[in-house]
Amino acid sequence: MMRLPATRGEWIDRSRPVEFKFEGQTYKGYAGDTISAALWGAGVRVLGRSFKYHRPRGVLSLANHDVNALHQSGGTPNVRADVTPLVAGMDLTAVNTFGSLADDKGRFLGKLSAVLPVGFYYKAFHSKRLFPMWERMFRAMTGLGKVDLKSPHKRTPKAYDFCDVLVIGAGPSGLSAALAAAAQGADVTVVDENAQAGGSAGYQLGNDNGRRQQHADLLAKVAAEPRIRVLTATYAAGYYKDHWIPLVSAERMLKMRAGSVVVASGAFEQPAVFHNNDLPGIMLASAAQRLAYRYGVKPMDKAVVLTANADGYRAALDLLALGTAIAAVVDLRTNPGKAEPLAHLLRQSGIEVLSGHCIVEARPDANGLCAGARIAALRADGTPTAQTRDIPCDGILMSTGWAPAANLLYQATTRMRYDRAVEQFVPDVLPDGVFACGRVNGVFELERKLADGARAGSHAAAAAGFGSASGAALPPESESPSHPWPIIDHPAGKNFVDFDEDLQFKDFCNAVQEGFDNIELLKRFSTNGMGPSQGKHSNMNGLRILARLTGKEPQQVGTTTARPFFHPVPMSILAGRGFHPERRTPLHSRHDALGAKWMPAGVWQRPEYYQLAGKSRLDCIRGEALAVRNGVGLIDVGTLGKLEVIGPQAAEFLERVYTSNYANLKVGMTRYAVMCDESGVVIDDGVVARLADDHFYFTTTTSGAATIYRELSRLNTMWRLDCGIVNHTGAFAAVNLAGPKSREVLRSLTGLDLSAAAFPYLAVREGEVAGIPARLMRVGFVGEWGYEIHVPASHGGALWDALMKAGASHGVRPFGVEAQRLLRLEKGHIIISQDTDGLTTPLEVGMEWALKMNKPFFVGQRSLVAVSHKPRKQQLVGISFPAGHEGPVPLECNLVIEGSDIAGRVTSIAWSPTLKRHIGLAFVRPDLAKPGHTVSIRLTGGSMVQAQVSATPFYDPDNLKQKEAA
Amino acid sequence: MKIMTCPLNGPRPVSEFHYWGEVRPMPNPATASDDAWADYIFNRNGAPGLKKEWWCHTPSNTWFIAERDTEKDVVLKTYFYEGDQ
Repeated sequence: MMRLPATRGEWIDRSRPVEFKFEGQTYKGYAGDTISAALWGAGVRVLGRSFKYHRPRGVLSLANHDVNALHQSGGTPNVRADVTPLVAGMDLTAVNTFGSLADDKGRFLGKLSAVLPVGFYYKAFHSKRLFPMWERMFRAMTGLGKVDLKSPHKRTPKAYDFCDVLVIGAGPSGLSAALAAAAQGADVTVVDENAQAGGSAGYQLGNDNGRRQQHADLLAKVAAEPRIRVLTATYAAGYYKDHWIPLVSAERMLKMRAGSVVVASGAFEQPAVFHNNDLPGIMLASAAQRLAYRYGVKPMDKAVVLTANADGYRAALDLLALGTAIAAVVDLRTNPGKAEPLAHLLRQSGIEVLSGHCIVEARPDANGLCAGARIAALRADGTPTAQTRDIPCDGILMSTGWAPAANLLYQATTRMRYDRAVEQFVPDVLPDGVFACGRVNGVFELERKLADGARAGSHAAAAAGFGSASGAALPPESESPSHPWPIIDHPAGKNFVDFDEDLQFKDFCNAVQEGFDNIELLKRFSTNGMGPSQGKHSNMNGLRILARLTGKEPQQVGTTTARPFFHPVPMSILAGRGFHPERRTPLHSRHDALGAKWMPAGVWQRPEYYQLAGKSRLDCIRGEALAVRNGVGLIDVGTLGKLEVIGPQAAEFLERVYTSNYANLKVGMTRYAVMCDESGVVIDDGVVARLADDHFYFTTTTSGAATIYRELSRLNTMWRLDCGIVNHTGAFAAVNLAGPKSREVLRSLTGLDLSAAAFPYLAVREGEVAGIPARLMRVGFVGEWGYEIHVPASHGGALWDALMKAGASHGVRPFGVEAQRLLRLEKGHIIISQDTDGLTTPLEVGMEWALKMNKPFFVGQRSLVAVSHKPRKQQLVGISFPAGHEGPVPLECNLVIEGSDIAGRVTSIAWSPTLKRHIGLAFVRPDLAKPGHTVSIRLTGGSMVQAQVSATPFYDPDNLKQKEAA
Repeated sequence: MKIMTCPLNGPRPVSEFHYWGEVRPMPNPATASDDAWADYIFNRNGAPGLKKEWWCHTPSNTWFIAERDTEKDVVLKTYFYEGDQ
């Protein structure tokens, strides 16, 4: 067991042991452990296998970058062991193994590294002949974990919240920022991905009681401040415009809108690059400190500390105090610099401090675990001397530098600059309302971090409207916390730069030699930073290598793009409910009761047809159509857009937006209306009814209801005519009662005079139907005598019931959209956007009659003038098939073929039960448009069928059914 | 998500808004040549920069003008059409 005696502030609860399984073995940890901490505490050293060479890997960062320790937990793949809380009963296995973790058949890949050069994928896939072989092999070897297709559906609702100042990172600078912002009166939310707040203040102690106290005081102050809310185990996954930050926890995403943002996200400790720097036991110094102070786990028995900053000396002092022997401190620099007092303490304890030295390689034992460090002095040029010395140890701490966790700053469009004073990128120009402090801002010393946080917090509060900004940017660090070249070449390679993808130093050299000498190209060719940790521990060294190989400054090399998300976000957190509106008419329940089969029409739900027991879909549709033709039918048309325009210039407005005349429309009459856009394309149609001189009621298509109202509103905003538009679409229910018996049915329900003289074809009347105030329009619609009846929505159900009851003795049948389409097709009526498309002008669909080109203006008029001078490309015509036609008929969109050319397409087609043959509409070349002409249509399968161009309407061409005899 | 300020309803998430397009003066249909008219109908300037556009706050059907810097992705100001300078 590697558990240390309990220390103050540790995160584990030793009174609550937790039992779990890993690779079939049972282990014990404590509540508060992460999986890796529990395993390491139980003496397990190999937590997973590396992706490419299947090398054994242990703890590297313990900070969400240990992507070689990915575990399958029941049905959940790729659980990150270094940060995932331990849960009792977990049954874990390492994901990237063939066989088992201990006996991984993939180990041989390490021996093959010489024939797996950088860019291997690209090179392998280059040969078409070998592609299938490589593909099979790669598919078998890549992809981590197993998805459980039977895992239960999980609801993950989103949460939404607001705060004045959002502080990202609960380390010393972030907490200091929060306190300063709260002191100015701002409501502050602090978010941190760790299970508890405090950040590095909790473990980078150097065994210094003053620091312990400072940490405790800071947390106490934050806890006592009511304006600060701390969200732990939650990470800011991205930065979106206007301070919109998704905060992701295990359960949900919280979308936080902040007044201003302080990025105090700290820095990722970076590995040093030397041969075998991946052996289990070799870890970042901060990882060892986290293991020890958070989880009470002894990282190793005997350590060599490789350092290039004061942090390494502190880590040595921490481990020494907790019982780990320190075999030596190896400093890449020529002297300990500001860490001299710490070095002095170490020397006093008899520890050898070797300045100007490096680790050339780590030595493995028979099990592949760290067993020693081979060190050498460094020459002035940074290369090791030939004389080496082996120091036995079971672990190595790496403390040679940091990379700013600047991902969110980049996403917020911060301009960054490389600062040689700290050997990292720091914010140069921050966007409005975004502030940075602490390590991400290039500030490392504890006192300075607190001051920098207070400054950023004050400025952020002021930016959000609280108090005034105080504090100025600090001068740069006097000593760089990062070494500019913590990289040692080795003839045997295996000096890893990227642990996700097993990239070695030489891979970068080869990639650059092959011409991939741009940071973005290098990334994609070498896959550096493309693994699950997204370069958090590899981008900085990759950039340094590229800069050195190309003789550039890091600033010139630049960084790759930091895209959301900061960590991979589970799909279950991203998935959620759709917010697509679905509209239902007031008659929805009536249709349901009648067996309606629903279909979407724009945002509306409409009955496609009504299912009769034992009848097929087509029989139902044709039955409904015949009922209308021979008796009476009732259809819900409440989905139509229903608008009113009122005012002295109402007629003028309609003159401008529709193609026909409305100024001369008599009160009490209706007129068909076509609307074009500015390019002369048909976009909508409907019926305009004049209720008074200054008052029109008009309809739009179902799918156009919302957009047409919106566009008309815009036009009237621009034209400033003396009239107003009211949208009644949802306020009115509407039905169409149609068929030869419709007048009889209606007569029993209304006192209106329905005689042809009093209520002629195309008239509009207001009156009562079944005691309900109603507007009635006598329109053709389906080509029969009929009434469109509009009533207040709340009365829709009563109207429907009354009409169905009154019609019962006449055999009234409700009919759906399919029957309506069939009936209207029989009349040759077009459906906008079914029989027209985004380029169709009225000239191509036989609507010249609706264009009043002599009007002063209508939308689309000028374009139609231009179009009318050009030869027409297509014409919409009726097509029909002989009554005895047997065999297949075309589908909508099947092509008309003339010779070897495409000469048109079918837009609508149906079998007419009234005419007993197939009829349809089709676009054809103008030279084919003459009635009687035979056109060839290619069916989906490729065979051809002949149809005849026909005049429309197919049914009742003189419209005798729908209006009184002249 | 961006915030846009509706002149009637104040700052709202941009998902509540409908973008129409740039405010572009219509040439006189009676005098414009076919080419000039076609240019007005079909050609748009997609280059990033300062744009004056029609926007609509859809829940309240409020049309207004927004001036945006599409290069910097900043809404500079919004105002009613009638308030146009």
